[in-house]
Amino acid sequence: MMSDPRSHAALIDRLGTDLVPVRRLLPPWLRTAGWLLLVAALAAGLLMHYGAGPMLRRWAATPDLAWAGIGAVITAICAAWAAFALGVPGRRATWAWLPLPGALLWIGASGLGCLRTWIAPGTELAGVHQSADCLLFIIGFSVPLSALLIVLLRRACPLRPVRVAVLIGLASAAASASLLEICHAFDSAATDLLTHALAVAVVVAVNAAMGGRLLSKA
Amino acid sequence: MSQALTATACLGLDSGLFLRASPEPSMPADVATANDSESPDQRRAAWMAAAQAGDRRAYERLLADSVALVRAAARRHGVAQDQLDDVVQETLITVHRVRHTYDPARSYDAWLTAIASRRAVDALRSRGRRDSRELHDEFALDNHADRDDASAATESEQRAQRLHAAIADLPPGQREAVEQLGLRERSLSEAAELTGRNTGALKVNLHRALKALRERFHGEP
Repeated sequence: MMSDPRSHAALIDRLGTDLVPVRRLLPPWLRTAGWLLLVAALAAGLLMHYGAGPMLRRWAATPDLAWAGIGAVITAICAAWAAFALGVPGRRATWAWLPLPGALLWIGASGLGCLRTWIAPGTELAGVHQSADCLLFIIGFSVPLSALLIVLLRRACPLRPVRVAVLIGLASAAASASLLEICHAFDSAATDLLTHALAVAVVVAVNAAMGGRLLSKA
Repeated sequence: MSQALTATACLGLDSGLFLRASPEPSMPADVATANDSESPDQRRAAWMAAAQAGDRRAYERLLADSVALVRAAARRHGVAQDQLDDVVQETLITVHRVRHTYDPARSYDAWLTAIASRRAVDALRSRGRRDSRELHDEFALDNHADRDDASAATESEQRAQRLHAAIADLPPGQREAVEQLGLRERSLSEAAELTGRNTGALKVNLHRALKALRERFHGEP
């Protein structure tokens, strides 16, 4: 039997020899703000290209879409914040529920889009091609946004990598859906809502499948 | 021994405090003096803050102080006695790697316990996997073992003792490789981190050690 107090002492001594000063991780809310800066920059770029006019007109005509957009923004912020909080050991696991209210608003308000024809007849509905564009848009923007979150969280210590990866997927999909609002040429209908849901599900699932492994690094 | 006892005594107090969870313990900025009014958690938090700045003495005291906390967390998760020290070592290595994630404004004990719990669950899982693999061997043993031969047990015990003695006689580097890779079933990278040697050296040492042991027991060159 190996004498364990001695081997602990040896390990502690070795770790002590390796000790160098470290730069402390910034608080989760600040790191969230850093990531949101990138989202804001993308939003600014899209707004410069498309202008805010079409979006505001559409929102004025169909307030439920505005609520859905706001819900997506809240979801993105809360999911990213929760992911950064859970990247620090010892934070409560209940952080994972932070994005829930925003997500409910987002999903609930978009769900009203299914009733579009009764609420606001005559609004332009999405065809199959446009829906495919939405899918590509959300997935396309989610890739760099997720990648940045993964890079930032690898510097932290997510003890539950898969849970954090799901939050990363949710944050980047919600942020992409928010960005899509800016250049969405038409109103959501059942087909459009389905594509959005599909895109979000794909982004979250891919993150959960791959992100977990990427986060539980060496 | 007495150190271990006092540490365990503090521990009961700590876990009590931890359950009531004061979220933002006020932290004295001065690190070097640990006065009596501080709770053990606050003292450790101050040590970790100093360690983050590179204070080796504070760091080593902190890690030595943490061992009992890690053991308690592992025990709460149902880790077996013989596996506790592995969990302690894995946890200390993780603490070293992620020490920059600790925020001195928050509880050190909660931070450490979260890491220790994770490592405890990892240990339980790897043991579970091993046990399920070994189930077949047990089955074979029940059916074909020479149960009636009372001397078989003593003989195998003697063989084990001879093997342990042979391992103990190996040069330090080779012994370390056998212990880490062979007996404790660590991966190369884990063993490398633990021993501070690179994986190449570990592989070479393991190879040489096995060769030496073979020669000793079978006389093969």
